[in-house]
Amino acid sequence: MYLHCDAVTKYFDEKLIFKNVSFEASTGNSIAIIGPNGSGKTTLLRILCNLMQPTEGIVKYKHNGNVLLKQQAYRYFSLIGPYLELYEQLTARENLTFFAKMQDIPNYPNLLTRLMQRMNLSGREDDPVKTYSSGMKQRLKYVFALLSEPKILFVDEPRANLDEEGIDTVYSILTEQRKKGILIIATNDSEDLKFADYKVTVHA
Amino acid sequence: MRKAWLILQKDIQQEFKTRFAVNAILLFAVVTLTAVSFSIGTYSASQEILAALLWIILFFSAMSGLSHIFVREEETHTADTLKLVALPVNVFWGKFFFNLILLILVEIIIIPLYFAVMNFVVIHTSFFILVMLLGSLGLTGGGTMVAAIISKASAKGALFTVLSFPILLPVLVSAISATNSAVGNDPVSLTGNAIQTMIAYDVVIITASVLLFDFVWNE
Amino acid sequence: MVKKIWNTILFVWMSGVIVGAFIWATQQKALKEYTRIIYFHVPVSWITVLAFLIAAVYSFLYLKKRLLKYDAYAEAANQLGFLFAVLATVTGSIWAKVSWGTFWNWDPRETSIFILLLIYAAYFALRSAIEEQDRRAILSSVYAILAFVTVPFFVFIVPRIYFSLHPDPVINQTGEVNMDFKQRVVFFSSLITFTAVFVWMLKTKFEIAVMRLRIKKLEREK
Repeated sequence: MYLHCDAVTKYFDEKLIFKNVSFEASTGNSIAIIGPNGSGKTTLLRILCNLMQPTEGIVKYKHNGNVLLKQQAYRYFSLIGPYLELYEQLTARENLTFFAKMQDIPNYPNLLTRLMQRMNLSGREDDPVKTYSSGMKQRLKYVFALLSEPKILFVDEPRANLDEEGIDTVYSILTEQRKKGILIIATNDSEDLKFADYKVTVHA
Repeated sequence: MRKAWLILQKDIQQEFKTRFAVNAILLFAVVTLTAVSFSIGTYSASQEILAALLWIILFFSAMSGLSHIFVREEETHTADTLKLVALPVNVFWGKFFFNLILLILVEIIIIPLYFAVMNFVVIHTSFFILVMLLGSLGLTGGGTMVAAIISKASAKGALFTVLSFPILLPVLVSAISATNSAVGNDPVSLTGNAIQTMIAYDVVIITASVLLFDFVWNE
Repeated sequence: MVKKIWNTILFVWMSGVIVGAFIWATQQKALKEYTRIIYFHVPVSWITVLAFLIAAVYSFLYLKKRLLKYDAYAEAANQLGFLFAVLATVTGSIWAKVSWGTFWNWDPRETSIFILLLIYAAYFALRSAIEEQDRRAILSSVYAILAFVTVPFFVFIVPRIYFSLHPDPVINQTGEVNMDFKQRVVFFSSLITFTAVFVWMLKTKFEIAVMRLRIKKLEREK
């Protein structure tokens, strides 16, 4: 797996968010996107995930040497971020079953149980997501993201809303992801930075 | 298509928990029907006027409920999550069929009521059902697409009706004139034109929507 | 310089058409003095349709190439289309008053133009409800195309469902042009002049739009 972000520039109307951000990553790499508040870390992540179009520049994915089209690329990555919500009225199991089926994940019930256990959410599978606390929602987002066993994992603020024990679990996930795929995190936390091989700074 | 079915299932599941869209559209339809019935009161309206009123009730009910399906995804910030797992075309079909089911459900409840309250008599029943079906397909096709557009703008509610009306008017006008034949005002043979218009309209609006949806969804 | 010559020609030509329409052209016997509206009403209506078509083409181009220029062109064409639609409605309405007795009676032609006005209004309402320019450009382009594919249903099908009192358009059902020589000369010159005026207005608006985008870009680079 290979990700190439080539001279990406983003304007919101006349306001420059960032200019000429370039980097590459392949399996085994991890990158931290850093920058002060409002510098466009989240915007960059959204562009990398095809959720937003860059004003200039391109984002390219390759798998086994083949360039992936937009319609294919989305299968290879997952995103965790504060603006990405799950369906509040549905239970965790209904949510995850829906997403698993949408992504053609074989044997998802087992995987689901395992991930729920790992994120310490066992026993809450059949509660509606709206009854979850913000920390539990964050854990659930990790379950959602890991369900598809992504080749690239994008995490916006890995530690948001989590307690000590949650952070430990997340760190072990990040360590694993870094070994078997690409890890890209947006953070300002010096703790998180130890997971990054190198840093990409965004600013206007 | 299987993915579209999954999205439809998910939306129905969600709808069952809140019943927001169903309640909104059904209550709206009943309220409008009551208003129409009251204002006509003891006067006897001709079948021609009743045919038009029926479609006006259905149109405004549709306007009150069909945008919910996209507005909900935007407001709860789940649209992005859905984008990460689904192709636009499947999203469109899932939402389209949800709206179609919603509208047909309303028709199943409102039309018998309308018959009972308004003294509305249909002579050619199967023809009437065909007209209803073609009309609903058109309303849903255009309505779903406009709903996707307005879910990304401000002042969503007002905008939905304003944007939908000119687009849906051809199917509305044809449906009214075809319904006129179904109640026996004009011979059915005369309104072949209206039926053709509706079929052509349905095909055109749904095809255009499928082709354009990608741009709106992934803007 | 070339531009100036063109503008002068246009001015003289348009004046000629106006004089011709009121003085030179013969009158239609049955319809009397107010037949002369045809020299203005029909060209204006034709431009309404033309502007709508141009707007749809530029909307399509925008979606294809994603250049804000095209969205600005589509908006400009729609603005002019709206202006000409209003003119067509007003001239038509005046004629309807003198020959049918009312300003407005939902004749299919009146309905069609009214729908066009509604579409234009909806288009501008949509634009004003979206802040971000890329999003505004995409969504309004999609709406313009969606409206464009439904319009043929009004123009060609709805008028046939109802009986219309509107005089036949220029070419009647038998395929003949129902005018004498002088009328024909004035009518077609008027059609050409109005189209030329429209093209000139559109070009000016395009230039303004391009300039505006350039200013924005300069501001951006500052």
